[in-house]
Formats: sequence, structure tokens, C-alpha cells
Amino acid sequence: MNQEKKDRKGTVLFSKYTRGEAIKKALSQTREDILFELRESKLKGRGGAGFPTATKWTIVAAATSKTKYVICNADEGEPGTFKDRVLLLEYPELVLDGMVVAGYTIGAENGIIYLRGEYEYMKKSLEDYLHEMRKDKLLGRDILNKKNFNFDVTIRMGSGAYVCGEETALIESLEGNRGEARNRPPYPVNTGLMGAPTVVNNVETLASVSHIVTKGGLWFKKYGTDKSTGSKLFSVSGDCEKPGVYELPWGTQISEMLEIVGAKNTKAVQVGGASGTCIPKSGFNRILAYEDAATGGSIMIFNESRNMLHVLKNFMEFFVDESCGQCTPCRIGNVKLLEGIELLEHGKCTFSYLSQLKELGRTMQIASKCGLGQSSPNSFISILDNFKEEIFDGNGGSYGK
Amino acid sequence: MATEDLMESKNKLRAPVSQKPLKIEKPTDLTTIGGTVSVEINEKKVVVPLGTTILEACKQNGISIPTLCHHEDLCVAGVCRICVVEVEGMRTLQASCAFPITSPIKIKTSTPMVRKARRHIIDLMLSEHYGECYSCFRNGKCELQALAKEYGVDNLTFGHIDKPKYEIDNSSFSVVRDMNKCVLCKRCVRTCIDLQEVGVLEAIDRGSKTHISTFMNKPLAEVICINCGQCINRCPTSALRANDPSDRIWAGIDDSKKHVVIQTAPSPRAAIGEEFGLPAGTSMTREMNTALRRIGFDKVFDTNFTADLTILEEGTELITRLYKALVKKQDVALPQFTSCSPGWVKFLEHYYPEYIENLSTAKSPQQMFGALIKTFYAEKNGIDPADIISVAVMPCSAKKFECNRPEMHASGFKDVDFGLTTRELARMIKEAGINLPEMPKSDFDSPFGEASGAGLIFGATGGVMEAAIRSVVEFVLGKKTEDIFANANIIPLRGFEGIKYMEVPIGDHVGPVPAILKHLIQDWNWLKGATLKVAVAHGTANAKKIMDDIKAGGKFSECHFIEFMACPGGCLGGGGQPIPTTPEIRQKRAQAIYSEDESLEIRKSHDNPHVQRIYEEFLTEGPGGQLSHKLLHTHYIKRGSYIA
Repeated sequence: MNQEKKDRKGTVLFSKYTRGEAIKKALSQTREDILFELRESKLKGRGGAGFPTATKWTIVAAATSKTKYVICNADEGEPGTFKDRVLLLEYPELVLDGMVVAGYTIGAENGIIYLRGEYEYMKKSLEDYLHEMRKDKLLGRDILNKKNFNFDVTIRMGSGAYVCGEETALIESLEGNRGEARNRPPYPVNTGLMGAPTVVNNVETLASVSHIVTKGGLWFKKYGTDKSTGSKLFSVSGDCEKPGVYELPWGTQISEMLEIVGAKNTKAVQVGGASGTCIPKSGFNRILAYEDAATGGSIMIFNESRNMLHVLKNFMEFFVDESCGQCTPCRIGNVKLLEGIELLEHGKCTFSYLSQLKELGRTMQIASKCGLGQSSPNSFISILDNFKEEIFDGNGGSYGK
Repeated sequence: MATEDLMESKNKLRAPVSQKPLKIEKPTDLTTIGGTVSVEINEKKVVVPLGTTILEACKQNGISIPTLCHHEDLCVAGVCRICVVEVEGMRTLQASCAFPITSPIKIKTSTPMVRKARRHIIDLMLSEHYGECYSCFRNGKCELQALAKEYGVDNLTFGHIDKPKYEIDNSSFSVVRDMNKCVLCKRCVRTCIDLQEVGVLEAIDRGSKTHISTFMNKPLAEVICINCGQCINRCPTSALRANDPSDRIWAGIDDSKKHVVIQTAPSPRAAIGEEFGLPAGTSMTREMNTALRRIGFDKVFDTNFTADLTILEEGTELITRLYKALVKKQDVALPQFTSCSPGWVKFLEHYYPEYIENLSTAKSPQQMFGALIKTFYAEKNGIDPADIISVAVMPCSAKKFECNRPEMHASGFKDVDFGLTTRELARMIKEAGINLPEMPKSDFDSPFGEASGAGLIFGATGGVMEAAIRSVVEFVLGKKTEDIFANANIIPLRGFEGIKYMEVPIGDHVGPVPAILKHLIQDWNWLKGATLKVAVAHGTANAKKIMDDIKAGGKFSECHFIEFMACPGGCLGGGGQPIPTTPEIRQKRAQAIYSEDESLEIRKSHDNPHVQRIYEEFLTEGPGGQLSHKLLHTHYIKRGSYIA
């Protein structure tokens, strides 16, 4: 049934992999072995936050609870990200095998794919794929005849809320509640779905696991930097000749990437989507890595013709709508930042008010309840800091006009 | 909205039962594990029980942290973020109300970062909070205003909304919603869903459009709100308030042709002092009488009088039901449920309409009073009932709905014209330039001025049952209540446990049937050896537990009589009582009520000479007689998911 694979090239994720390989290998090992390899690989969460996957799994594996869950976070909602779509459509074996391995390792019998509402069109093919896995004893009872290892996966649809990509909001949504982030602690690894210990992993994280289990942590670690091991899928969009999904090792310089994708006259690169940071020319020597320019995969390229204030306004409008609305800093703060941008557009924003808004942005970063409000001011602060001249001299922005 | 309008539209309206109440997160209660943990707060080492929140730990150690969405009665939300503090090693600030301490952390509660964040949060809230403090009825009692003051807000950094966004919803007789004042702390949502398990309020939309709404955004009168007003008691601002009739009452007072009488329930007098700066639990009964006369009420009566009457009517009804069931072997609805709490009555009408027959047909004391004022009292004093304005000061917002129920016209007029809350009365007293605590003391007016302690304790959860047992014991056993319960205090029925249960064995010795019941039964022999089983629940979440148990044929289905009160703590925690409300405040109000009861000479409803007189002079057929049924009893509506 597999979707026609494009000729994708890559050293880690797009390297050769046979369906079921990771499950076979995992079942021949102990849980401790798998956790060891995972720790060895230094794999970090690919959704953006970069939490060490081995730590997450170890906590849940150690929990005594009878019921545990593996959730694949496929609510790919960060503006400019579309790499999970590629994985789910073209490499479902990587993701699903990763889930089964997770189930085996942590002792869970239930897996859930939380699929972005807009990806409903791929639900059918995923269901078909699950059906095939069941036929081949890769899912269901006594998987690959391993006694008492039962694991199955269901697909649950999101409804289009950006915040549901945040793991606790995702769990709330799965429980049938309003998509709102929970207080942490307790964390999902202790108290997750229906109160049970839960592993929530990004699609790409699970896909990486399949490779790590088959080829080993040392092999994985060969790629990338010391702190950011392996490779990463980047969703490249914007002003370039060859937009699309690229697998590049962590540590790639922004300028290298721009060359690969055929970007010319680049003025700015937004790394990490709307909630990421905007990097100007002077920073193109920075590397894509957790320790430098971190991203869940979104790379947006803006050339000289773009008005950065408009770019920023677009991002802020997104957050004003997509804040879940429960906590004060995020609900009202984003509105105030957007209003500030509108004042700037009309040349009516004083420098003192602007610095107050930046202060507000910093408060939002530390006082909001979840990652949404904590990261929504990033682009506001970085664009205003990095593109002062453009915004304030009237060449694009309208300050002083 | 006038009664007629509501009734006219009632057939058109249909609001489905709200979706299953949504759960709001409850962090695992780590305090149950036991053990302690040592933490550092502002560089001072303290030891707290494992699982204590940072907020509690600070409070225990005398460190104040501002809060807004936090409320002692409710589960944690952690949404307003005003209580943020620094925890060493954490990148972000932590909401102290939502952070359970499980490891030896270092906390700082007042750093430049924390203070700036709090100030920002207040500024943001103010920017979206429509209106001015001086034209707000919560002026001086608003938590947002208090925070602004505490943090020295002297300018509105992020501006101020200049146009209202939402229409005020005053469709309900009881609760007015003005979402322009809402700060989205969700206390009302948590009150409605978690505390009361009614669930008519929930946040809808998201982002900057988020607001609290009802099912399908319908007006409150068109959803299955039970009018308990607990949301009002927990609202930090004036987004929720009771529907205030005081202007119309003033107009009545100012009209010389009108005879304005007021009845006062037991709970307002135990709490109104709080509105005048007195500590909770200061009883103001007789000071309030003077103040009411000075305001201009023509007569000041005591609702406890009809509470006594309720005991006799409701008690007689119970005996009749038991007699029919045990002796005549008829199919009678048991257990009998009390019907004093209009919030509970509407709750049952919506959620358990199949049990409507179990509700006592006896009206609440407020409505019995209303029916007697415009009949017996008008007749005795030669006043045209059309000229009487009958006001009831109640701890309750649902009483406003109750007096507007179309069934409540037994006198041929609207039996009670206005239900006034404790808070609204306090404002009227202040507006009249009266400082309540300084008032000389005076008594109630005759003939409805004398009441027993049994009527008084109706204000606390378990009080109606205690009053009933005091009478039933004497009626059936022929003994003094004091011989069985020391000092006639029935302790198992007191206190704030959610559900209370008690058994009263009748034994083999029964007394003679008292004169007042002679028209119904000849002897008590049929009760010999029986055990009277009673239960008490307060807060509709607890009521729900009992009702579900009855449905499942559990222990409570064996009960004979169950007291239900819609509000936590009973009437003393009612939706019309002074704000704030906390378990401690409710405790103190209860103490005030119970100690006043003990100070009274007459402590049993049937001993009240005025009650005895009314059965001699007016309700001559005795309790449960025809005239009683006409004036003092009513019927209920099987509403289900329908409004009416």
C-alpha cells in the first residue's frame, strides 16, 4: 500500500530501513538494552523542546501503573512545518515501528496517533497500513509471537487547534476536554492520559527510534554535533528555488542550508516557525542545533523584497487567534503585541512604549502557562531587535512617516 | 424579565441538558502519601508536608502571595498567573497555587522578575476590564481593584478598553452576567462544574475571543441554571451579581399608600455584619430589626416563624406518608425530600424529575410567609393585600426565582414580591446612612415575630433535619428531646461533612398522639420497633451522590427523610451572602446560628405559641388541612432538560 516514495536522500532518517526491522530487533532484546541504546544515541525530542527521549521513556518504563500510553504527536501545527506529513505518508513504517518499540520498552499496550485535523486525508491510508501491520503480526496480540506482548494503535483526529500540539493540551483534547495546557508538574510521564503514565513523542522522534534500535546509538551519534546528535528533517519554505523537506545533520550552518535550497538575496531566516526566532544576515553563520538555532523543523526564508513588520504582524495575528485563552499573559499579551505592531505601522508607536512591549514579551516568556505563550513573543523580540533599521527608518515600516 | 414574558416564552424554549460537565484538572493529591520536605522560601528554611503547594507553604510561613483564580473551595486552575514565583533552576516562573512541592526547592517570592510579571499581568487584566471602579457595585470589594491597589497601579500601561464587548445578560431572576467585567479566572466555571456539578458555564472560543458562556450562548434564564448563585460568591469582580430589586423596594417604601413588610431569614443576620467590617460570625439580629425600621419598612418579621410552620407541615406530611406506606400499604414516594432550598428544588426538577413526588409539597418558609402575609395578616389588620409589598431578605439568589414562580400566587397575589439578598440589604442600609453595628437592639414585630431555635437553625446544613427530629421525637416518643439528645443539640446532624446520616430507633415505648395530629392518626403503635433513617446533604454535588445512590437502590433509598440544601454549608453559605466565602467563614456563621439557638427559650417548632395560635385561629383544620394545602403547599414541575 505504501505511498509512492519520492527519491529522498538522507544519512539517518531517509537511510535504508526494512519494515518491521526495529520491532524484530527490539523483541530480541531486553527493555534495558533498548533504553541503553537510546541513552547512548542522545536522541532529543524532535518536536522542538528537545527533551531527552531516553529520560522520558525511562520514567514511564519505571512506573508501576498497569495502564500506560504511547502517544504519537502528529498535530503538526507550527507554521512552516510539514516534515511529519512526509514521514506519515511515505515512511509510516518508521513511525509505527517506533511506536511499537516504545510500547514494548515502557510496557504500554495502547498507542494513539493524534493526527492533525487538516491531515484527515491521510487517515485512510494510515488505517490501511495499521491493518496490514495487524495482518503481519506487527500489531495486536502476541506481536511477532512474543508471548504477552500486546500493542495496538488507534488514530484520533485533532480539530485544528495549534495549542493541542502542546503535549498536555493534546492529552486534554484526547480526554474530550477543551484543548488547554495543564499545570506541570505533574508531567505526563507521571500523570498523563486518563491519569496514566504517558509517553508523548513527536512523529520524527519515533521514526528516529526505529533507526537507533536497528543500527545502534553509536551509529546515530556519528551524525550531528555533540549536543545535537543525529540528523533532522527541515521543512524549508519561502523565498528559495527548491522548497521542501530536507534531511540534514544537526550542526549545518544556516548559510550552507540556504545554498542547498537555492535561496538568493536572503534577508532573514525564521528558524522554528512562528514561535521561533528570526535570524538576520549577520547570523547566517550560526548552526542549526539545540545549542544554537533550535527548531522543530520549520525554516522560513525571506528575501530582500519582504517587509519584516508584515512578517511579524502575520505571526502575531496567528498567536492572537491560537492562544487557548486560559492564561492572562498569553491571552491578552499577544493582543497587546499585535496592537503595538499596528501602532508601528501607523507611525504611532513611541520608543518608550515599544520597550515596554518588549518587557511585556519577556514577562510572557517566563510567566505564561505553557510553551505557546512562552514562545509567542520570540519573533516579536527578535524581529524588532534584528531589523531595527528597516522598521524604524520608514523603509518598509512606517515609523516616523 | 417579567413572569408573564418568561411564561409566555416557556413553551418555545428548550435547552438540552448541558454536556457532561467537563473535568478541570486536579493534580494528584500528594499530601496523602505523607512525609515532609524541607524547602527554602526567601532564603529561610522551612519544612512542609510533601505535596503542599508553594502558595500554602508561603501562607503557612507568613508570606503573602497575591492570588486571583485561586479559591479555597475550588480545584486548582493556575490560569491568572498572578501568583507566580521564582523557583531556582527553573527557566520560567511557576504559579505557586498549582505547584506541589515534592523536592527540596528554593523559592523566591519577591524578585524584580516576579514583581514585574505580576504588574504586567494586572495591567493586562485592567486593559480588558471594561468600566470604571466608581460606577461598579463591587467598588471596594473587588479583588482586581485590590490587586491594582496593592501593586500601586497608577497608570494603565496597556490602555483600557473603551467600549463594552458583551451585552449584559439579565434574563435570569437570580443571576446577572456582565462579561465585560470578566477576567477569565474561571472560578464560576469551576464552581458550577466541580463544586455544584451543574455545569451551565464554560469557556468558549479561544485566544483573544475566549469568554465564559452558557450552552449555545443562551441567556441564563434559558439554560438549566439552578440559580444557586454560588458563582456570584466566588466571582472576584462584578462579572456576576444578583438581580437587584432594591430600587423597586425603595419605590415601595417611598410610596405612602403601600404597606411594606419584610421577613428576615436566619442566615442573613449571622453574616450581614461582615458587610460592615465585623468579623464573620457576629450575629446582628436585633440591630438589623432597628435598621430595617429606620429604612422605612412598616413591619419586620422573622422567617423563622414559618420555618416552625414548615416543620409542622412537612413533619405531618412525613408522618402521613409513613402511615400510608406502613399501615395502609400504599405506594408512597419515600424518602421524603425537603423543599426549602429553591436551588435544590430546581436541581431536582432538571436532573431527577422522576423523583418529583418525593419532594415535600410544603412550601419553603419564605413562600409560606408570603401566603400568610397577604391573607391572614391582611385580614387581621384590615389591609388590602393589593397594597402590601412583601419583601424577603434571604441569603439566597434562588429565592428571587422562587418568588417569581407562577405557582407562588396562593393569596391571589404574588405572595412574595421581592427576594433581597444579604448583600443588597447591606447596601440599602448603607445608602440610608445607617451604620448597622451601632444600631440599638429591637425585637421583631408581632404576630410573626416569635420563633423557636429550631426555625433559626434552618440556616445551617442539617438544621432542618435537626428541627424536624426535635419535634418528631417529642411527638412520637412522648419524651423530651433533651432526654435523648443532650441540651436538644443533635450533634450527628451538624458540621460540614458533605453527607450526614443518622438513625433514630423508635423502640417499644411510644407516647400519645399530640392534639395537633389527632385529626390524622389515633396512635403510634404502628411505629413500634421501627428505626427512623434520615440523611443530610449540602451542595448539589453531594445531593447528586445521594440521588445516584437512591437510583441504584443503595443505602439512601432506605431513608425516610432527607434534607437537601443547594449551597455548600446550607443557607449560611448561600449565593446571596457576603463575599468572600470560605470554609472558615461558613464555620463561623454556623457557630453564630447555633449559639443563638442555644440562647433561646423555645427551641422546638411545636412549642412556638404563635404557631399553635395560627392553627387555632386560622388554619383550623390543623397541619395538612385544606387551607394549609391551599396556602402552604405547592407542586413542582418535571422540567428535565426543558426550562419550564
